[in-house]
Amino acid sequence: MLTLLLILIPILSGFILLLTGSKNAKPIALVSSLIEFGLALFALNTLKSGAVESLSYNAPWVQSMGISFHLGMDGISMLMVLLSTLLMPIIVYASFNKTYSNAHTLYALMMLMQSAMIGSFVAMDGFLFYIFWEVSLIPIFFIILMWGGENRQKTTFKFFIYTLFGSLFMLLALIYVYLHTADKSFDIQALYAAGRSLPLVEQGLVMGAFFLAFAIKMPIFPFHTWQPSTYVAAPSPGVMMLGGVMSKMATYGLIRWVLPMVPDGVHEYGYLIISLSVLSIIYASCIAIIQKDFKYLIAYASIAHIGLISAGIFSLNMQSLQGSLMEMLSHGINTVGLFFVYDIIYKRMHTSEMSKLGGIRGVESRFAFMFFIIVLSNVALPFTNGFVGEFLLILGIFQTNMVAASVAGLSIILGVVYMFRAFQKMMLGETNALTATFAKLDKQEIITLTIIVLLIVSMGVYPKPILDITESSIQTLLQGIQ
Amino acid sequence: MKELIILSTLGVLSLIAGLLRIKKPFMVVVVAGLLLNISVCVMDWNHNELLFNMMLLDNFALAFTILSSSLAILWFIVAHAYFQNSENFSDHYALVLFSMTGGLLMVSFTNMVMLFLGIEILSIPLFVLAGSHKTSMRSNEAAFKYFLLGAFASAFLLFGIALLYGSTGHFDNAGIAAFLGANKLSGMALAGILMMLGAMTFKVSAAPFHFWAPDVYQGSPTMITTFMATFVKTVAFAGFYRLFFSSFMPVSSEYATIFAVIAAATILIANLIASAQSNVKRMLAYSSISHAGFMVITLLCMKSSSAGTLLYYTLVYSISSIIAFTVFKLVKTNSSENEEINAFDGLLRRSPLLAGIMTFALLSMSGIPPMSGFMAKYMVFTMAINNGYMWVAVCGILGSLMAVYYYFKIVLAMFGQASEASEIKVAAHVKFVLILCSITLIALMLFPSQISSLI
Repeated sequence: MLTLLLILIPILSGFILLLTGSKNAKPIALVSSLIEFGLALFALNTLKSGAVESLSYNAPWVQSMGISFHLGMDGISMLMVLLSTLLMPIIVYASFNKTYSNAHTLYALMMLMQSAMIGSFVAMDGFLFYIFWEVSLIPIFFIILMWGGENRQKTTFKFFIYTLFGSLFMLLALIYVYLHTADKSFDIQALYAAGRSLPLVEQGLVMGAFFLAFAIKMPIFPFHTWQPSTYVAAPSPGVMMLGGVMSKMATYGLIRWVLPMVPDGVHEYGYLIISLSVLSIIYASCIAIIQKDFKYLIAYASIAHIGLISAGIFSLNMQSLQGSLMEMLSHGINTVGLFFVYDIIYKRMHTSEMSKLGGIRGVESRFAFMFFIIVLSNVALPFTNGFVGEFLLILGIFQTNMVAASVAGLSIILGVVYMFRAFQKMMLGETNALTATFAKLDKQEIITLTIIVLLIVSMGVYPKPILDITESSIQTLLQGIQ
Repeated sequence: MKELIILSTLGVLSLIAGLLRIKKPFMVVVVAGLLLNISVCVMDWNHNELLFNMMLLDNFALAFTILSSSLAILWFIVAHAYFQNSENFSDHYALVLFSMTGGLLMVSFTNMVMLFLGIEILSIPLFVLAGSHKTSMRSNEAAFKYFLLGAFASAFLLFGIALLYGSTGHFDNAGIAAFLGANKLSGMALAGILMMLGAMTFKVSAAPFHFWAPDVYQGSPTMITTFMATFVKTVAFAGFYRLFFSSFMPVSSEYATIFAVIAAATILIANLIASAQSNVKRMLAYSSISHAGFMVITLLCMKSSSAGTLLYYTLVYSISSIIAFTVFKLVKTNSSENEEINAFDGLLRRSPLLAGIMTFALLSMSGIPPMSGFMAKYMVFTMAINNGYMWVAVCGILGSLMAVYYYFKIVLAMFGQASEASEIKVAAHVKFVLILCSITLIALMLFPSQISSLI
């Protein structure tokens, strides 16, 4: 029931927002997303007390086709729900001193998107998962189309068709597995059983079809071409949701649907995906290094980090999976942080071209300091959340595939190159005529950045509570696929 | 029997109304008559009334009659202005109603003669209606083209029936099925089946006999196009299904591949050409053809009693088409008869309601949840894969993607472009139908099995 509420509250607040008009849209959105976060914490408490049953909700939907409205949460889902509900108030609050036309529609769409994303994290029925997966596309499509920047039409179009392309192949694979279930059911356990009974090659094909959908959404080279332009065209709240949460839908999907459903295929062909992911890391990092625009740099940096997560998932051991989940969480927070930094700079300077900036530290040192912490987390420095994730990831990948691990390890070095370079160009050096006008941070910006920085540091210093959430679920998962 | 009487009486009544010049209130009479028809169908449910060995009002026939009558009611309401503005309104009413009578025969025939009569009664009024913009060159072209090609297809149908009769000695479906089941398939019978297949493919505008559809759909008055794309398509498919299900099932393996090819080709060709269209009406015509491809998959997978899926698909498709064509018509009239995509520019500002509802319809037609079009396509794909036609499903997926491409051109225009054009006013009754249709689109997603397991 609790899980159902988590999906329904954003929908409800979305409709309230649509009805009340744009005057009070911001406070309503903030309050409802805080309520949602509170509810997620309550759910976490319930999970910890062991009452897993009370988090599950199962109602028949289309009985003749074996589709049920089955929701449930284990540690992995819980972490994802926490991520999205934690980021939502931050994203809403980060947009507080911006004015959007028809703000109530924007916030309503964001709420609907959150609902769909949470739905995909807690769906325990293949069909339901697919529905939520697809539905989450529609709000973000309209957010970018209506509030986006230059070239938004072309970009949204490409983004939509590209992601849909992958999803449809996932649908085919899902139907294929469904038709092999004993009593024609989309229930997650039935799908697992059916998937495992498939012959090896078919498992590989099913894995490929699923991976196509997820690789596009994450994204991973060579399916990433929609991502940089979409990130650049999207308005800040949209891009924060895209990079912060939506890309995690795909990595979550790998863990929830691919690994346990076709374990033999994963064991047999997983190395292909690891190679592709590692390639993606190097490729995206190299491109990030040569970027002139900060927003593009964030986009490519995101691809690099996601590639590491994906390689970790397919390394199939405790450390790599723990690491990938941890990294999903920290990547979500850091991405939102970076985009917020971008937002602050762009609002003041009206450009994000790094060569035109410089010396902002001399004007506003508090901003430079907090930005630096976010940068540190992105390059996985100890005592930041990025370190915990990446360390575990590389440790885990090393156990499975030494070569991949050593190449993936480059991601940290390359990350230092592009991140420090960006920081240096924008924050350090001589203050020029443009950056001399850099206005001091206002209260809202300081609060937002402080929250993000505190999250980064606290998770980095003491990650145990977070790792504890997922540990037993990962154990169960790994036992299932050995 | 009652259904037949009601529909033909309505047709005759409309002629009398023309004599007495009762123009305005006649719409009420028609809608009331159709509602009566629906309730009679509901009462006849499970009765399996057999009329002179010619028609069987089984649940299949009744379900499709209820569906088509409901579509007709919605259509009559949105087409109100079409009838009000026409000089000889009674003729138009009569033609549509007689065409509907033909539709009833097509969904309930048990005899080849009735099938032929049904198709002719359905089509001949349509030839006239297609040309009802008498001063428009395109409308005349549409009528002429439709008539010539339609007559040609009918001839093939008749020839097919004759060959079948020659080889099996039967006109009725059950007799033919029994004969085909008991004897080896002769060349003559096969030729007859294939000719009927071709003729029916023409009637439902599936590839390779779809060439008439874009021209006819584009040239006809928009409301008549709507009627053809919704009502006519629904009953034609029901007839197609009934013909093959009740007569040719014993030899279905002989022509299954043909159906598979027709389905795949229709989906791919129609969607490919539609992506290149800039005229919205023509684009919608091609989209309608492509949906025929998806419906053919239900014929392909007939063994797993796919009638319910066909019912669901036609319902969802027709509802979305009614919305799409109606919004198109409204936009066109308010943009100085512009039929290009840019007529939709800035529709969000001109009429948020229309933009929203049109988006619903387009999402549904492109098969994106949470619209029921997704469920319809899902059912069809599942059926195809279940029967071993994975490749047809893959073609369907590719077609759906192309469809998203052209449907979203309209969405982009509506939401992404600015426009200085004036606000669009929507009449209350049209608004009612549009909202009802969009609610139906969502409701059908939530309760699909209530429809699909009906028959």
